[in-house]
This record gives sequence, structure tokens and C-alpha cells, in this order.
Amino acid sequence: MASNARLATGHAALAGDTIIALRGVTKSYGEGATAFLALKGIDLDITQGDFVAVMGASGSGKSTTMNILGCLDVPSAGTFQFKGVHVETLDRDQRALLRRKYLGFVFQGFNLLARTSALENVELPLLYRGDAKKARHDTAMAALDKVGLADWWDHTPAELSGGQQQRVAIARAIVTSPAVLLADEPTGNLDSERSVEIMELLSGLNRDSGITVIMVTHEPDMAAFARTIVHFKDGLVERVEAHNSPSRLREGSQ
Amino acid sequence: MLGTTFLLAIRSIARHKLRSILTALGIIIGVAAVVSMVTLGKATTAAVQQSIASLGTNILQVRPGQGFGRGGGGPRPPDFKPEDVTAIANQVAGVTAVAAQAQATATVIYEGANWSTTINGTTNGYFDVQPWPLTAGRAFTPIEEAAGKSACIIGNTVSKNLYRGGQAVGTRMRIGAISCDVIGVLSTRGQSGFGGDQDDVVIMPIKAVQRRFTGNRDIRLILVGVDKAFASSTVQASIEDLLRERRNITTGKEDDFFVFDTKQINDTLTGATTALTSIVTAVAGISLIVGGIGIMNIMLVSVTERTREIGIRLAIGAVANEVLLQFLVEAIALSMLGGVIGLLLAQGVILALVPVLKVTYLFDLQINLIAFAISALIGVVFGYFPARRAASLNPIDALRHE
Repeated sequence: MASNARLATGHAALAGDTIIALRGVTKSYGEGATAFLALKGIDLDITQGDFVAVMGASGSGKSTTMNILGCLDVPSAGTFQFKGVHVETLDRDQRALLRRKYLGFVFQGFNLLARTSALENVELPLLYRGDAKKARHDTAMAALDKVGLADWWDHTPAELSGGQQQRVAIARAIVTSPAVLLADEPTGNLDSERSVEIMELLSGLNRDSGITVIMVTHEPDMAAFARTIVHFKDGLVERVEAHNSPSRLREGSQ
Repeated sequence: MLGTTFLLAIRSIARHKLRSILTALGIIIGVAAVVSMVTLGKATTAAVQQSIASLGTNILQVRPGQGFGRGGGGPRPPDFKPEDVTAIANQVAGVTAVAAQAQATATVIYEGANWSTTINGTTNGYFDVQPWPLTAGRAFTPIEEAAGKSACIIGNTVSKNLYRGGQAVGTRMRIGAISCDVIGVLSTRGQSGFGGDQDDVVIMPIKAVQRRFTGNRDIRLILVGVDKAFASSTVQASIEDLLRERRNITTGKEDDFFVFDTKQINDTLTGATTALTSIVTAVAGISLIVGGIGIMNIMLVSVTERTREIGIRLAIGAVANEVLLQFLVEAIALSMLGGVIGLLLAQGVILALVPVLKVTYLFDLQINLIAFAISALIGVVFGYFPARRAASLNPIDALRHE
């Protein structure tokens, strides 16, 4: 809720409460004859507080788009506005600071630091933010509590199940109260029961904390939790599908 | 930010204990080698200087011949006469004291114990040339000196072997065919720079030795104390001129005596040990550089191995400099850790070798500080390249790295 309140102020550059706006975004890799055009001109708006599922076959451009949305990469051409800021004009470190403040990442492979306790993993973004020891500890414990792992704070990833590791990763992603949570196939390495738990957790965060969630998935079951589904094909947005009542109940109808 | 970075580095080192120790091993050995070599070198130099100082500093030795053991053929050059001693004392500027010496070897006997030793005939000037305090008794009286009385001052070794801890002063011992009143006992001086026991001696008035043992007035050695205000080389030249004249050595002929400056031995031996220490230290210094390269290697491997971790940190919002600093601080902390362990190891090596080398233990703060600073510097120099590489990684590629 706090992040929602913060987001609501001072960003009149975009219409409504659009938080992300891509205009004519292209991305090419390599040069000359071997150049490969991964994105061929994307226009995409994402509303603040939305739960977006990104779907598409391998090589359809969804990963490239996620990298750009995550400010890890910049478009070759076109514009990317994040909260009114033209990300394509920012340098490496400016984008890092933007990620630090507004973005949270959840990966398919969890990507926790090995031999590092859950608490220390969750504290990591707070360390870079410069929080004091006590604040770091309390905020990280609150985040672990949100994902239901407060009792597991001193366990290392090796001592946690896949589902638990992903929960720690989610706690790490939300510990800084980001505006947007980017999840790259968050359930790809989990069985269906754990997958549903993770999806419910993400839905809850989206619903209760107002975090905008953008998630890549191959599984229609998981996409069903989203309110908006963006389909990619051949480096273009094929269609944007709106789900009015996303819920677990839709699972059966897919 | 630095505090955080330091914390991250310490955590990372603590998480990989074995790797950390192995990484720091080069530095540990390098620092230990440098510190122990320099310290032991200094201790050896100090020991050499001390044994030379026990000969007495600022002393010129005047002997007949052309150098130690270099007599060559031909007639033996004549010994000095008492008049030569007086002439040096009266005519050479910068002389504080002169002591003539005549030597003999004899067996001393006291209550059934006997000991073969050197009988050193000299004057009280001997104790002025080179301070040598008595632990008991007194020096010669002018009457004893002038009359060549049979009075003895004995060295510590003689005292120990003959009296076995008992009272020596006031007793009468036998020296060869004569008897002698023991009037004093000398303090311990230890070995000379050449290995001889300086305490194995009996000192008598020179006239007594000449009359009872050598049977002539010849003097084999003159010790000359040099005033600190004068250069010993100047005094040496004056003595040489005087003696050439007195011994009728014409221009162009070689001297049949030589004047020897104890300061020269001091400088020569000190120079030799210092040079040796420098060479060994240089070799040890190379091992420090090798240690630095070891750190660089492991840090490079570590960067590759932790590519994904770097990716995570970058994604979370670490800026390039924070990643650079993390790896740099890690390298510095590792090499400093190696430095500390190396310093401790050096102390162990020094303590183990001190009794073997027969030197006095010393703690050289300066070399410890320098070695530690160098180990930290090595961390900076050899940690920078791997850290730079880590910081320049592309977050997307780094995250995808298996």
C-alpha cells in the first residue's frame, strides 16, 4: 500500500496510471549480415497495479522484452518510459539505481546466493540501499514473514526445498517495496502444487501490496492468475488479452 | 558504502574458508619469509657487531709483520720496544691511551686444579683502551707495574675452571714456575669476533711477563685508544709515519709492521651480513609477488565461478563500482589476512631459528609494518584486474551463466 501511495504522486507525464510504456521498441543483436532482429517494434502499456503474464514461444521476443522492462538492457531503437523516465537515455549505473529502487526480480532458477542464509539473501538489496543493520534485519524478517518463511531465516538454500527457495527469492524481490516485480518463469522449476502456491503468493502481493507483477510463463495454468496476458510472436506483440476475473478457478477451463 | 562492502567481503571470505586460506597462502609464505629473513639478518648483524664491539671500538692494533699470518720468507720483523710505546703515547695526536702487550702461554695451578691459558702482560692502560670492568678485586698499582710484581688479574673462564665459584681474589696461584697473587677478576666478555674465548686469560704487569716468561723486553702488540674527535685513519697514518721513522724504514720500502683498525673489521663484517640479508630479502620479496599473482589467479577464478552471483547483485541494483569495490576489498582483505598470518608465522620461524643461529631475539616493528602494508598493497594491485572484470560483466549474460 505504501508503494501505491508513493507511485500515485508526481508522475503526470503518462496518461492515467500507466507505469510502463514501450513505443516502437526494437532490439537487434550482432551487426551487418549476421544481425538478428529480436524485437521488431513493440508498443506496450502496462498499468500500475496490473498482473501481466507474458507468453510466447521461444525466440518470440518475450525474454528480450523482459530484459528491457527490467532495465537490464536498452532498446536498439524506440522509447521505454518507466514512471515517466526515458530509460533508453540512462547509463548503466543509473539503470542499476532504478532497479534498486523500483524493481524486484524473481528468476526461474531462484538465483539465491549459495551458502548464504535466507535472511542474508533477503537483506542483500537492503545492503545496497544502505540500510542500517537493525532496519535491514527487521525489514528482511518482515518480508520473510510475508512469504511464510520467518521460521526458516537461518537456513541456506541447500537446506530449503525448491518452493521455499522461490519464496525466499520473492521475499528478496519485494523487500525494498518495489513498484514492479518481474518474474521470469517463476514456477518453471517447480511441481504443480508448489507452482500454485507461488502463484497465489504473487497474486496476494499484487492484490494486497499493489505491486505491479510482470511474469513470463509457458504454462496457461499460471497465466490464468494474471489480469492481462500479452502474447508474443516473432518479435512482435501478437495480442493483449484481458482477464476480468483472474483466479485459480480458471485453471480448469484452460 | 565502504562499510557495507567490507561486510560483504568478510562474509564472502568466511563462506569460503578453505579457498580463502589457499588463496592467501602465497602472501602468508611471502610475508613470513621477508619478515623472518630481515629480522634474522638484523639479529645476525647485531650479534656480529656486538662481538666486534667486545674487541673494543676506536682501537688500533699495532703489530710487527705485514698482516695476520702473512710473514712470508726472510727474517722475522723485530718486535716493538718499550720506547716505541712511549713514543706513540707522547708524539701522536688523538691517542687516549696506549697499552703494550707481551704474551706467553702457561699452565696455572690452584689447589690441584690446573688450566692452560694465555698470560697477557700489559699495563693499566689496557683497561683504558678498552673498558673491561672487574667483578672483584682491583687493577694494578703503579708500584706493581713499575716493579713488575707477580700480581694477576684473571679472566672469567680461568676463574671458573680454577676456583669453581670459590673466592679467587686474595689467593695465591701458580703460573708455571712462579707463584702469583690474584688481585682481581674480570667480567665476562664472551667470544671474540674470531671465535676465541676472550675470558680465557691471565693479565699480569708486562714487566713481570717479560722477565719471567719471554725473557726479553719485546712487545708483540700495542693497543692504541683513539679519541672520538679524531678520525681513526688520521691517527693510524701518524702512527705509521712515526714507526717507519723509528724502525728506519726508508721511502719506497715496505713497512715491517702493520696498524689494524677494529672499526674496519666491524664495517667489513657488517657490510657482508647486510648484503647477505638484502639478497635473501630480495628473494623473499619475489615470493611475495608470486603470492600476489596467486591472489589474482584465484580472484579471476572466483569471478568466473561467481558470475551468476555478480549477475544477481547487478540485477538487484548494485552499481558497477560496488561490485568492483566488493571484489577489490575481498582481495585486499584476503591479502591482509595472509599478511597477519604471515607475520605470526614469521615470529614462529624467528623463535625457532634464534637458538640455532645463536643470536638474540628481536622484534623489528618497522619491517612488520612494511610487510603488512605491502601485503595490503598487493591486494590492491592484483585484486584490481579481477574486480574490474567482475564489475564490467553484463547482468543478463551473468545471470544466464551456468
